[in-house]
Amino acid sequence: MTFNKSLLIPLGVFGLLVVFLALGFRLQDPHLLPSVLIDKPFPEFELQDLRQPDQLRTLADLSGEVSLVNVWATWCPNCLIEHPELLRISRETDLPLYGVNYNDDNGKALGWLARHENPYEFSIVDDKGTLAIDLGVYGAPETFVLDASGVIRFRHVGPVTPEVWRETLLPVVEHLQGMSDG
Amino acid sequence: MIPELGHFSLILALGLSVALAVLPALGVYRRDALLMQTGPSIATGLFVLLAFSFGCLMYSFIQDDFSVAYVANNSNSALPLQYKISAVWGAHEGSFLLWTLIASGWTLAVAAFSRGLTFDMKARVLSVLGLLCAGFASFLLFTSNPFDRNLPFHPADGGDLNPLLQDFGLIVHPPMLYMGYVGFAVPFALAIATLTTGRLDAAWARWSRPWTNAAWAFLTVGITLGSWWAYYELGWGGWWFWDAVENASFMPWLMGIALIHSLAASEKRGVFKSWTVLLAISTFSLSLLGAFLVRSGVLTSVHAFAVDPTRGIFILMFLVLVIGGSLTLYAWKASGIKSEAQFEWNSREAMLLINNLLLVVATASVLLGTLYPLLYEVITDGKKISVGPPYFNRVFVPIVCLLFIAMAVSPFSRWRRTSGDVLLRQHWPFLLATPVIICLVTYVVATGIDVIAIGVETLAVWILVLLARHWWQAGSISSASQLGMMLAHAGIAVAILGVIVTITYSEGRDVRMNPGESIALAGYDITFEGVQKVRGPNYLADQAEFNVTRDGEFVAKLRPEKRVYSVGQNVMTEADMDPGLMRDVYVALGEKVGDTAWAVRVHVKPFVRWIWLGGLLVALGGFVTLLDKRYRRVRELVSNNVVGTAA
Repeated sequence: MTFNKSLLIPLGVFGLLVVFLALGFRLQDPHLLPSVLIDKPFPEFELQDLRQPDQLRTLADLSGEVSLVNVWATWCPNCLIEHPELLRISRETDLPLYGVNYNDDNGKALGWLARHENPYEFSIVDDKGTLAIDLGVYGAPETFVLDASGVIRFRHVGPVTPEVWRETLLPVVEHLQGMSDG
Repeated sequence: MIPELGHFSLILALGLSVALAVLPALGVYRRDALLMQTGPSIATGLFVLLAFSFGCLMYSFIQDDFSVAYVANNSNSALPLQYKISAVWGAHEGSFLLWTLIASGWTLAVAAFSRGLTFDMKARVLSVLGLLCAGFASFLLFTSNPFDRNLPFHPADGGDLNPLLQDFGLIVHPPMLYMGYVGFAVPFALAIATLTTGRLDAAWARWSRPWTNAAWAFLTVGITLGSWWAYYELGWGGWWFWDAVENASFMPWLMGIALIHSLAASEKRGVFKSWTVLLAISTFSLSLLGAFLVRSGVLTSVHAFAVDPTRGIFILMFLVLVIGGSLTLYAWKASGIKSEAQFEWNSREAMLLINNLLLVVATASVLLGTLYPLLYEVITDGKKISVGPPYFNRVFVPIVCLLFIAMAVSPFSRWRRTSGDVLLRQHWPFLLATPVIICLVTYVVATGIDVIAIGVETLAVWILVLLARHWWQAGSISSASQLGMMLAHAGIAVAILGVIVTITYSEGRDVRMNPGESIALAGYDITFEGVQKVRGPNYLADQAEFNVTRDGEFVAKLRPEKRVYSVGQNVMTEADMDPGLMRDVYVALGEKVGDTAWAVRVHVKPFVRWIWLGGLLVALGGFVTLLDKRYRRVRELVSNNVVGTAA
């Protein structure tokens, strides 16, 4: 039986394919969800402040320096999981952290903050979910990193755990802060 | 408790599938008949365990057990019961459990309906299938466990099923699709088992044919349903988008056609054997590749499941093992395979060869288009491009047009050689008359003459009428296989007509309408009556009412909706249409653009139903071939294979 070399062609083609798939795989940053909003300005809004209902918050309140915007709700168990980390960030860094209280009840939300402590500079009441729709939020929690001019530079879906903060969000924040300083 | 039982049963299933992979193969190696015969009972156990596990997950959905993370993410207490059930396969974990269950179902079917196989072959085939099941089950357990709990903080209610998936089409579409994808594992396992024996005979091809036809017919139903769903649910009035995930199902389908035809030639004439084996491997490999593309997040698509790198790496390794392994085996063993027969250029063998070449090129063009964005990103280090319908239409369409020509003349070809130019001598008046008649019809009915449309329509009508003439000349249909072939070919012709007429003669407009206004489109007058709020079980909707008339006569009342689902606040467009064999009137409600005005999309799509009608006819043809008596006769082929010919 002579060995027919052309029979190796399918194997070779497949090998090439695997190399590309593996390389393509390496390209993907799994934490970077495709969002049409990345590098787009944060959407305009005009919504109530959770603690001072007579004060209206707008986009201008979020701009000026690099900041985090966290979408949260009392009905969201994962928000409770990330809560200690958010508290730590607000205590240990001077990074402003804003909350978007998403599809929630104001009474419950205030009670929740009183019970678990408030990490936010202020929280925006998004009880109709309009801002969340503009942001393309899949669910809570989600965290956006904004640069000094109010442009969304990063989006994280799911709870901010210590690892997520250390390995994903903090580098982005430091990079952006470095850019605005320089 | 119930989810834990399901989880436990899944672990046992992994154990059994490993046993199925090892024991019968060990039996073959040791020439131990007892071990070789363990296959069917293990396969039964495997299926029962997986069915139980699947049942547990379904129970958790029906009971609204939101402590199970998968249930909490994909269901809600307000979800109607039928969607709670279909939500089981609404996302990655559950759908892969379904996939694994179906794989074990095919394995059981092989164990049960394999009288024609020798003990030796049966043991080998079941071992290969067991190996695949073991891969699927460990993927589930190690990367995508649907039974993971959300404890201690479990939500009071679930995040709801994606509203796009709350639909009848999506209840049936994935199971059908998976029946097809996974069904190709059977001819694959047969090919691998045969390669290990080194004997590729007619029995192998005959045995593979009904399984291939069945899997392919299921895949056809799945793709047809998917296309139909996209048409009425996505709200754009399209029916095929060349989306990466659609392509992932389309490639094994195309390759499956090549395999079906090549198997016929291998069985009847003993030609293309080595090629057929390669096709069997490729078809299933493309199914697996599809699973990789959908579930790894390498390609972005509307259909893709959530991104998780561990899953992708696992599947990639599985691909390398299964596909790489079988191609290596192929390179090693296929040199010994000789084709026996000679044939001439105008024989049926030659026609099938052309069919195969064209289908492989067509598949390759789809594969290239699907992976090109990825290749480009790798080569340019991160630049993104997308390959869209323009590429596919330009490259794929001419290839399939050639294929249709071959299809039209093929029923007249004979094995070995076709005597004279039967086709041209007997049928030239008809061949010439067709385009002329189509031109005339088009001129009378439609707005203008489109050369490409007329060309393609001519091809489709040739296929149909030559089939009918062939039938008429033969006097009767000799077997279920032949009837199935004719139905499938006729179905393709019907679908081609649907596609080309819809593409060429559809009319559509996006307009802004106030209540009371009406527009005229393709002979229809469509009047916007107004919008009212309606409440569904888990959504609120703006429901518009349109009155469709033609020449003053009432045709239909259409009520498209714009729904907001309460839990996720997702906005969904629910189009409404008046379906008909000759045309659909389609209305979708867009955004509110003023105090009372709405953006409205209106389409009149002639022949669009023919696409899916053709698809179902094709699938029916595939199923009909299963009734062929030859496949069920216990063959004498059993005799010349003695137990224990292991390598």
